[in-house]
Amino acid sequence: MKTLSYSLLSGLLAFGISASASAEEVQVAVAANFTAPMKVIAADFEKATGHKVTPSFGATGKFYAQITNGAPYDVFLAADDETPIKLEKENGIVPGSRFTYATGKLVLWSAKPDFVDAKGEVLKKANFAHIALATPKLAPYGLAAEESMKKLGVYDSLQAKFVQGESIGQTFTFISTGNAELGFVALSQVFEGGKIKSGSAWIVPANLHNPIRQDAVILNKGKDNKAAAEFVNYLKSEPVKAIIRSYGYDL
Amino acid sequence: MFTDPNIGAIVLTLKLASLTTIILLLIGTPLAWWLARTRSWLKSPVGAFVALPIVLPPTVIGFYLLVALGPNGPVGQLTQAMGFGTLPFSFTGLVVGSVFYSMPFVVQPIQNAFEAMGERPLEVAATLRASPLDTFFSVTLPLAKPGYLTAIVMGFAHTVGEFGVVLMIGGNIPNQTRMISVQIYDHVEALEYAQAHWLAAGMLVFSMAVLIILYTLNPTGRRK
Repeated sequence: MKTLSYSLLSGLLAFGISASASAEEVQVAVAANFTAPMKVIAADFEKATGHKVTPSFGATGKFYAQITNGAPYDVFLAADDETPIKLEKENGIVPGSRFTYATGKLVLWSAKPDFVDAKGEVLKKANFAHIALATPKLAPYGLAAEESMKKLGVYDSLQAKFVQGESIGQTFTFISTGNAELGFVALSQVFEGGKIKSGSAWIVPANLHNPIRQDAVILNKGKDNKAAAEFVNYLKSEPVKAIIRSYGYDL
Repeated sequence: MFTDPNIGAIVLTLKLASLTTIILLLIGTPLAWWLARTRSWLKSPVGAFVALPIVLPPTVIGFYLLVALGPNGPVGQLTQAMGFGTLPFSFTGLVVGSVFYSMPFVVQPIQNAFEAMGERPLEVAATLRASPLDTFFSVTLPLAKPGYLTAIVMGFAHTVGEFGVVLMIGGNIPNQTRMISVQIYDHVEALEYAQAHWLAAGMLVFSMAVLIILYTLNPTGRRK
């Protein structure tokens, strides 16, 4: 009943919008880990509203540098909450527009079937040459991986086996090519339709690391862009939340 | 400002560039000689292969190196069978990658110098009964000196500036595979702009100085 009323509501909303106004364009800077869901969400949003969404995918730190140097993005979906908070403090965003659109889940993943067990015991056995993670300084998923290993008491013993990708995308490449036997990536990268796509994985319990909160903001450039405000509202709608969850995020 | 990881990256980068340049001079000399003298149909394909890194984005080279040198790749299976394990995430792996990546910058100037020299000095040396080895060290090398100077400087400098390859196959391990270029990238991404400027400006000054020295010592080097 709840979902029905929501879809009715969003349908009405969409009808009202498409009937009412001229289509606008919204430029969105999107954290790389959110690429897959963003493509689905953008297509749905365009269909529902007639507005055009132009997403750019990349690293959050790079987007920050570009935004502070005048990059023309209206909305920013970051991979963390620190960068949007920083932008907020620097008066770079529309006041009050910051919210958490997804909470990332960390997964220990191997391209080999049966390599990672269901409890992550493989970390203690350490029968591998390389374990990949994203550079903790740069990537929230890398930081969460570091925290988890510390909490499990395996950080010091594994440190010599670390290989670091500059992003979780790079980290995923290290593992999927078999160069690192296993490593920490975002669940959204290896998860589809409610299960792990390939290889073997252990979803790291959320109590082993600080939450990987991903915040969205409307940037100053998008202040008067009606499509930007609508897109952000759309992100908060229940059907979209369901899409985001289906890619392995919490909300 | 100048923290230890930066020093580590600088030392490692200079080590990689020196080693790569030396290896390339050893491999590049016979290769350039062959390319300059051969009439074989293989000249075009081999020359094209040597030139590939000039046109390919470094990330493409890095990606294929990662796949080829990895446990499932042809080279990786060979190195594993020989008992070396796999090369990515090791300094050796970076040397292998850099040798390929910087090859045209060493081979081409030497090849050009050999071609410009012509057959004549070699024939003269032969009529004076110089052995091939003697000819090479007393005639060929001195005549090809500008080419070698360009090759050394460009091979070294190009390896120092390498980014895509070390990003792809390096694994960003401090003091093992984290080069200056990756360190700068990390600083920028982490919003540590002051540190990034330090290293980036250093690279800029270094590159400019290297090129000024090259053009001063070797005014014809570039045109060849």
